[in-house]
Amino acid sequence: MDITINKQMVQKNEKEKDFTPVFKINNLNLWYGQDHALKDIKFDIPEKQVTAIIGPSGCGKSTFIKTLNRMVEMVPIVRMSGEIVYREKNIFDPKYGVEELRTQVGMVFQKPNPFPKSIYENVAYGPRIHGIKNKKVLDEVVEKSLRGAAIWDEVKDRLHENAYGLSGGQQQRLCIARCLAIEPDVILMDEPTSALDPISTLKVEELVQELKKDYSIVIVTHNMQQAARISDRTAFFLNGEVVEYTDTSTLFSNPSDKRTEDYITGRFG
Amino acid sequence: MVVRENFQLQLEEMKQAIVQISKLAEEALELSVEALKNQDLDKALQIIENDNRINVLEDEINDMAILLIAKQAPVASDLRRIIAAIKISSDIERMADFAVNIAKSTIRIGKQELIKPLEELPKMAHHAISMLTTATKAYVEEDVALAKQLAELDDEVDETYGKIIKELLELMTKNPEHLSQISQLLFVCRYIERTADHATNIAESIIFLVKGKRYGLND
Repeated sequence: MDITINKQMVQKNEKEKDFTPVFKINNLNLWYGQDHALKDIKFDIPEKQVTAIIGPSGCGKSTFIKTLNRMVEMVPIVRMSGEIVYREKNIFDPKYGVEELRTQVGMVFQKPNPFPKSIYENVAYGPRIHGIKNKKVLDEVVEKSLRGAAIWDEVKDRLHENAYGLSGGQQQRLCIARCLAIEPDVILMDEPTSALDPISTLKVEELVQELKKDYSIVIVTHNMQQAARISDRTAFFLNGEVVEYTDTSTLFSNPSDKRTEDYITGRFG
Repeated sequence: MVVRENFQLQLEEMKQAIVQISKLAEEALELSVEALKNQDLDKALQIIENDNRINVLEDEINDMAILLIAKQAPVASDLRRIIAAIKISSDIERMADFAVNIAKSTIRIGKQELIKPLEELPKMAHHAISMLTTATKAYVEEDVALAKQLAELDDEVDETYGKIIKELLELMTKNPEHLSQISQLLFVCRYIERTADHATNIAESIIFLVKGKRYGLND
């Protein structure tokens, strides 16, 4: 008897997803002094999708995401080789200004970090330093950004109150709104929900799903179920290397590398 | 170091429950063939009564699986292990139902003299039952090669099935007065053939568990 493999299933598994890359990372290496933190990283990050970076503590995932907007260079002992191409431009090219890059590539951090200003001023800050002075235009940007971050209804009647009066989950969505106000192309999120309660976490996750219609999102998360829920593609980092990078469904149902399987099933880490 | 020791223990417990339900189903099938062959109606009744234990055990396995999914958020091979347990326990429960069906046919045939001594049919039944034993072994050891062998074993059962059916149909035309008995024997034959099919279903679940890919062994 022939043992027939279900052809459709195999095709689905083997099909390489076509996508337009927003970032192309080629042989990226990074050292903190003698410590080789990122080793020959090579993969493409898709446009208008959510890419999750998972891996145990110290595997290089936060270092990696911080290379994408060149924040990692603020650490004095860092050395790098290889290239990161953002929209056909090498971001390490001396002609490419870091301010220009960070206008395109926004970031949201682990702990909500609003400015000690009003809710309105938090969001208007970016557009203001980019030269927008017209009150009406600023009002529009603030409303659009707060709506985009799914927090408008909660704050529209208290726009001029201090942002510190908001809950942690609201502050994080305010930070996302602040990031949206400069109309970036990519949003980097470094464990954006690890300081939030479960409901706020779900709100941010829902928001990420909405945002990917207009933005490319890269998210570092310790919460594997979160990566499984919200991302389209997942990269598993271990000891500074990318062990496996594939569509999230495959990675969480039938990973091809034993180390990925062991990590996501909780056998180490 | 095993990080999720408790979870591993619970998965092992579920596996042992599958082994247990498989043993009960095997016993029920063995008894049902014996009861048929010896026209032992008490034994046949016993099988029907015992079936409830198997149904309850299947429910327990399903409950374990639901709780593990709800509480442990399993992924990859852990998730497949749980899905396979749900499917395999359902196949085994169905096999035990065939034992009940055979017992009911035995009761319907009753004490009337058999038109001919049963030889091929019990042989085919033992073949099918041994497939369950093999399937269970392959499941416990997660042995894909052994699971794949079940496809060939099933082909043998199918061949014997064809022969016996032909023979019974011939007997039917020659002995219309035994129509009722022969019909029951035809049913029994079908139950046994279906039992073997469920064993190959188990083999498919084992391959899915280990490889994460679907294979059709019943084609």
